[in-house]
Order: sequence, then C-alpha cells, then structure tokens
Amino acid sequence: MSTVTVEASHLTRIYGGREAVSDVSFNLSKGEVLGFLGPNGAGKSTTMKMITGNLAPSAGSIKICGIDMIENPKEAKALIGYLPETPPLYRELTVDEYLAVAARLHGVKGAQVKKSIERAKERCGLTEMSKRLIENLSKGYQQRVGIAQAIIHNPMVVILDEPTVGLDPIQIRDIRALIKELGGEHSVILSTHILPEVEMVCDHVQIIHLGKLVFSGGIDVLKQQRRGNRLLVGLNNPPAAEALLAIEGVVAVEQVSPGLLRVRYNEGQSPAEALVQAAVSNGWGLHQINHDQTSLEDVFVQLTYQEAAEQAS
Amino acid sequence: MIFNIVRKELKSLFSSPMGWVILALLQFVFGTFFLIGVDQYFQTMSGAMRPEQRIGITAFVGQNVFGIASFVMLFAVPLLSMRLISEERRQQTLTFLFSAPLSITEIVIGKFLGLVGFLSIIIVFMAAMVSSMNLWTNVDFGYILSNVLGLWLLVASFSALGIYVSSLTHQPVVAGIITFVALFALLILDHFLAGDPTSTMAYLSLMRHFEPFSRGLLDTRDFAYFILFIITFLTLTIRRLDADRLRG
Repeated sequence: MSTVTVEASHLTRIYGGREAVSDVSFNLSKGEVLGFLGPNGAGKSTTMKMITGNLAPSAGSIKICGIDMIENPKEAKALIGYLPETPPLYRELTVDEYLAVAARLHGVKGAQVKKSIERAKERCGLTEMSKRLIENLSKGYQQRVGIAQAIIHNPMVVILDEPTVGLDPIQIRDIRALIKELGGEHSVILSTHILPEVEMVCDHVQIIHLGKLVFSGGIDVLKQQRRGNRLLVGLNNPPAAEALLAIEGVVAVEQVSPGLLRVRYNEGQSPAEALVQAAVSNGWGLHQINHDQTSLEDVFVQLTYQEAAEQAS
Repeated sequence: MIFNIVRKELKSLFSSPMGWVILALLQFVFGTFFLIGVDQYFQTMSGAMRPEQRIGITAFVGQNVFGIASFVMLFAVPLLSMRLISEERRQQTLTFLFSAPLSITEIVIGKFLGLVGFLSIIIVFMAAMVSSMNLWTNVDFGYILSNVLGLWLLVASFSALGIYVSSLTHQPVVAGIITFVALFALLILDHFLAGDPTSTMAYLSLMRHFEPFSRGLLDTRDFAYFILFIITFLTLTIRRLDADRLRG
C-alpha cells in the first residue's frame, strides 16, 4: 500500500507576473484520499489542472505512478480520471453514448467498453438514466455523469474538483460514500470548500492559501488541532474562579457568558469527573459539560490567517 | 485514437438535427441543379448546330452541379465548422479531451477528419447522382473524378480554416461569420486582381486553384496549394490550443 501514485514537486504557476500556485509539493499513495482545501481563488483548481496536464506548470514536475506528465503526457493521462469544476458533458448525447465516448477516448478496448459503462453507471447510481439525454438530467445527475466519466477506465488516480457542489443532501451523502469506496482501490484527490466533507472522507488534508501550502498532514492532526484541552462548563451558581482552579489539572478559567465557563486543563489530565463531583457536592448547579471544540472553520481561518501574518512580518 | 475523435464528432453531428438538416438541404439543392442541368442540356444542344458548340453531358451537368457546390459549401462549411472548438470551449468540454490520453495534434486532426468525413457524404452523393446518368449514356468518369477531387480538396481547405477560426473564439456565431468572410475573400480574390494575371495575391485565391479541377485538369501545383493550405491552418490550430495549455 505504499506505492506512490502522485508525486508533485515544487509546482509553480505564474499568471501575468502573479504566482497563482507557488512551490507546492506533495505525494499521494495508493488507496489514499487527499482533500484539497482553500478559500476561493487559492489555487486549488490551478493545481488540479496542472496535475491532469491541462495546464503546463511554470516550474516543477508531476509524476503519475512514476511517469512524468510533461515528458510522457499520453501515458500519464491514461492513469488519471478527472472531473473539472464544470462537468465536461456533451449535452446532446445520452448517458450511454457519452460514457461510450469517454471510455473509448480513454483507451478502453472495444469489447470492454460495454462492461465498463455498466460498472461506472452502477457505481454512480445512473442505471435508470441510461437512455436519457444529458441535457435533460438534473444538476445532481449531471454531476454523477461527470464522476462516472472520470472513473470509467478504472484509473489509478481520480481527481475530483468540487464534486458535491450543487447537490442535494442525499446526493451529497451518496457521492461521499462513493468517494470513500473509490479510495479503496484508487487514489483520490478531492477539492472542496465544505470543511466537514474533508473530515468525513479524507485521510490527508492540504490547505492551500494564496497559492501556498499552509497545512499538509493527516486528518488526525487536524482533528487534534480542533479538540484542544478545553472544557465548556455550564453552572447555574458559578463559584469563584479559585474554587475551580483548585481542581487537579485545571490551569485556567475564563467566563464565556453568564453561567458558562471555559476551563483549560493540562494535556491528558481531563478534570471532567472531578469537576462534576465538585459541582454536585457544592451545589454549583451543573447543567452542561462538554469538550470545547474549535470548529474546523476556525482552524482553517487560523491556518490561513497565520500564514498571512507571517508573510506580513 | 484519431478514429475515436472522428467517431465522436460524427456522433454529435448526427445526434442533433443540424447534421440531418444540412445533409437534406444540400442534397435538395444539388438535386435541383442536377435536374435543371439535364433539362437544359437538351434545350441547349438542340440549338447547337455546329459540332464545336456541342459539349458532353457530363461536362454540362457536372459544371452545373459542381459549380454551385463550391458556392453552397461556402455557406455550409462555416455553419458546421464554427462549433467544432468554440462550442467545446464554451461548454468547457475541451478539458475532457485534454485530460484524455490524446495529443493535441490527434484532437485537431480528428476533428478535421470528422468534419471532412461528414462533408464527404455530401460529395459522394453528388458523384453518385451525376454518375447515375451512366444508365442512359456514356459518362466521362475522369471528369467526375477530377471534379470530386477538386471539390473535396476545396471543402477540406474550408474546414481547416474554419477549425482555426473556431479555435480563436468562445462564440460559435462569431467564428462562423469570420470564417465565412475569410473564405469569401479568398474565393473572390482573383476577381479583384483580374487585371494582373501574374499577381501573387491572385495566386492565393482558392477559386483559381479549384478552377482547373472543374475543367478536368489535375495539376500537382493545385494539389500542393490545397495540401499546404490545410496543413498551415491545422498547424495554427494546434499551436493555438497548445497555447491554452501553456498560457492558460
């Protein structure tokens, strides 16, 4: 499982003197799902275009399963399935016709075409739509056709640019399940700005901001960063802060709102149990106790903001 | 791989009414001119007393049909070629082709052959129509062949220019108009410069090189002209699309 499928090193892309993507490097192994996060215009799509060979990088190189995208574009492209931001659909064709075109263009041999169409349709839940014109499909189904087109030739690497945009919640859930499933045998790169989505489906996360990678690592690291060592405690008759600080492990107490306190504690010394006991025996009127999670949004803002601050200094 | 693109192009032409309508309309126009040609032949020839005034039926009808064909194609080709790349650009389906394991050369040549293949259907029907006179008389097949070849090269040149213009813009209609104007200018170039037969500009006229074919004359210079014309514009198209990838 340690075979490297995507190897991007020092990717840089300059648009009219401005660096849209600068010095982005990463590796992706087989069976991993990589989430690409970033605010609008951060360079997510540009990076994906470079990986798929739609855009030549100004500097740096991309290797797909060891094949250089710039030197051997045909061989490298054969290993990739790509769904761009706007699904590239020929609206005048039916789903079956379109998928047949996609399969043939990706080098699926004659006898296999039918089989691969069936498989792709089944995976994307399109079996009922075979004979419908793509033009007449709803946005969600069009998106699915776009995904089907990307996986039709069973590529090593599937690259999806914002695959869940414009879908209803049930479809989003289906597509996420599909992405997870794809992650089993393919490598998946996924860009999105929906943060919980990343947490649900990705193994690795990269946050890109102003063309630079500001965070790159496992999803666990991001989750850890979210959790922090804080408890949110709601008390009807809050005691003086000293009484709380006396509890073992507590290092700081601050008031969030009347009757709601934020308690910081040392790593690995959760005072939750002691706190509850103290509250009961002293009649503080405990009505709520919770981990104080920073939302993923906050972590995201922190990370992108940090970088901006560093740049300024 | 080129064949797959050709197949795709033909499929999208025939999956919209556009392809069928154009085929039917053109066939109607050429059929009418064929009929008029045959009809007029007897009228004209019954008036032609001296032997040198008489010309064969193949030349007479052929001139009628193939003469109008070069003119009608001037309208038909821009209509068909304008969508080839600009429409894909507008619908953002160009990414689909670029991400497939194909070189840009294959994409462009595939699209070109797709269009020429479609237009060949029309030309084959025309040739069959004129050849059908062989049932009643002896037809000069050499003459038909040279006309078909000339028309085919002419139409292929139109297509090459059309594809190039289509690659320059996002708007199919703009591409269509520009192609039409450019082709029209190239066709009548020698009319403007009729006074000076040695003019280099007049030599660039497409009509001037089509004309020998329509007289039944195969000249390698004209072949070379058409082939170079096609190669030039296809190369320009490839370069234009490659610039998309390089400059974004």
